Amino acid sequence: MDIHEYQAKEILAAYGVKIADGGLAYSPEDAVQRAREIGGDVWAVKAQIHSGARGKAGGVKICKSHEEVEAAADAMLGRRLVTHQTGPEGKICLRLYIEAGTNIAKELYFSLLVDRAHESIIMVGSAEGGMDIEDLAEKSPEKIKKIQIDPAVGLLDFQAREMAFALGLEPSQISPAVKLISGCYRAMRDLDANMIEINPLIVTGGSGKLMIMDAKMGFDDNALFRRQKVAELRDKTQEDKREMAAADRGLSYVGLGGDIGCMINGAGLAMATMDMIKLAGGEPANFLDVGGGASAERTEKAFRLVLADEGVKAMLVNIFAGINRCDWIAEGVVHAVKKINMKIPLIVRLSGTNVEEGRKIIEESGLPIITANTLAEAAEKAVAARNAQVAKEAEGAA
Amino acid sequence: MSIFIDEKTPMIVQGFTGKIGSFHAQDMIDYGSNLVGGVTPGKGGQTHLQRPVFNTVREAVEQEGAEASIVFVPPAFAADSIMEAAEAGIKYCVSITDGIPTQDMMKVKQFLRKFPADKRMVLTGPNCAGTISPGKSMLGIMPGHIYAQGVVGIVGRSGTLGYEAADQMKALGIGISTSVGIGGDPINGSSHRDIFKKFEQDDETKVVLMIGEIGGPQEVDAGVFASKYMNKPVIAYIAGLTAPKGRRMGHAGAIISSAGESAAEKVEMLQDLGVIIAPTPSAMGETVARVLAKL
Repeated sequence: MDIHEYQAKEILAAYGVKIADGGLAYSPEDAVQRAREIGGDVWAVKAQIHSGARGKAGGVKICKSHEEVEAAADAMLGRRLVTHQTGPEGKICLRLYIEAGTNIAKELYFSLLVDRAHESIIMVGSAEGGMDIEDLAEKSPEKIKKIQIDPAVGLLDFQAREMAFALGLEPSQISPAVKLISGCYRAMRDLDANMIEINPLIVTGGSGKLMIMDAKMGFDDNALFRRQKVAELRDKTQEDKREMAAADRGLSYVGLGGDIGCMINGAGLAMATMDMIKLAGGEPANFLDVGGGASAERTEKAFRLVLADEGVKAMLVNIFAGINRCDWIAEGVVHAVKKINMKIPLIVRLSGTNVEEGRKIIEESGLPIITANTLAEAAEKAVAARNAQVAKEAEGAA
Repeated sequence: MSIFIDEKTPMIVQGFTGKIGSFHAQDMIDYGSNLVGGVTPGKGGQTHLQRPVFNTVREAVEQEGAEASIVFVPPAFAADSIMEAAEAGIKYCVSITDGIPTQDMMKVKQFLRKFPADKRMVLTGPNCAGTISPGKSMLGIMPGHIYAQGVVGIVGRSGTLGYEAADQMKALGIGISTSVGIGGDPINGSSHRDIFKKFEQDDETKVVLMIGEIGGPQEVDAGVFASKYMNKPVIAYIAGLTAPKGRRMGHAGAIISSAGESAAEKVEMLQDLGVIIAPTPSAMGETVARVLAKL
């Protein structure tokens, strides 16, 4: 789960990390009010969306008067901002963060991540902040410092110091940097975050203070059960509606933009089935893992979810029953098709426990369901049915 | 042989008396597994499925000589149960539980490392279908009847895709020595590479099939190991050709987050390492058959 910049900053501030004065606004009037409260004569108006690279998309504006703050807020609120991280549909901006303008002398990069290869938290830093760390990693990997944190003992001061020196800080800045780094680490550990990215971490002009300018935090979905306060920070407006609806029903759905809808049990088999569709010349509309206990009710919900995508021209069901039984799945499918009144071709491939009984139920249902025995056959038939459907629709339109 | 388990291995179920634990315990007994009891704290002394229930894993080890365990404990408590098994002297543990927090798994891995290598419990999973040595023993939730006994070792992240492979092989008359699920989580007990080591040493296993997916470094790591230290042929299929970057495909671990983690990149690197690639998921069985024919 991701959260907004202002939420991440509030969390980190509670762990002793220095942030600029700021406040949240839901309207241009709010925004001006916040600017007044903050004082000074320069403010940053920042769109709160779950994405980085907001600046290029017009989501960050430096303003030098209350009028400018109001105009910037008006321009951002209610707009969908498109960045290279949001996909073409973008993310809607409904909240703004108004922050005191800061004089920046230097931009640095700092993050904490889960490192799968070493099964620990890793600290990543660079004296060259502001840019995309992946680009930097590709072009000049020597400019990136990485330090593993032992999960048994946690972050040690000497490691934080080593990172602070790697960031190119002055001796007087090392102690505040250690405080900032260890604050971030404690937040990561205490709240089951899986990512904290400070980009940029800045050194202010004149006084040479360390401050976080942008902050991103991501959390381990598996740990939200014990992080109630974090779970409450969820902003559903930033998440894909269908994916959210699926998650609420205990299904795992990812929209992919093709036109062959899929319902499969198990994440690996789902990915493999999508691969087969692609190899057969089709494009999957979605990834959908219905999980182990695919009851009739769950099957119907999954069907509705897949068919809610109007671009879907054919639907493929591929179930390998282990704990499940094919006859139960078949009953669920027949029930769903009857109830939903499907208008596009359906291809069903069943395998595993009670497969004969399952196939019999499909055959005897009298419904126009196309059956397949193997994975390859299922994918080929799905692509053929999709092509026939597209041709039929084109004919109807003509 | 076979790896990790055979018909003699004394096993217990952690989370024995719960609905899921009971269901699968019965399935394992029916398959022929040597299930000697189970653990449910607070229900020690009772009998369940005609087998003793213990309060602690230590009691099960001391009184029944348990050597392997399977964990069905809910995610909030699963890491603790795994560590309890390790401390009690269990040699091999399968964690079926899905949804264990990442930091809990870091702690588990750290805890396991405190034991000297020869006394360290092997953990597979979490979030997997378990392990089966067909015709001998099952420590998992898979449909046992789709596996034929034979000479192919399987290691994979996904449950149902593993079933698909076993099913394709059975249709071609090919059997399996042991099939091991390592699970779909970003941090897991054993990697593909760890299982490769076991298969390389196992007399019964003649070839190894790895069923991998997008995300993480483990498939390529295993390929590097195979190219350096293995004499047995290794076949691999990597799922997720169509998966977009940065999107989690069901499994917490199935996400392309950095270079080298996409299916196409993994396939290319594995090919360079001499691993035989099954080009499609429906070709897993026939690719294995072709390799076996040449032995």
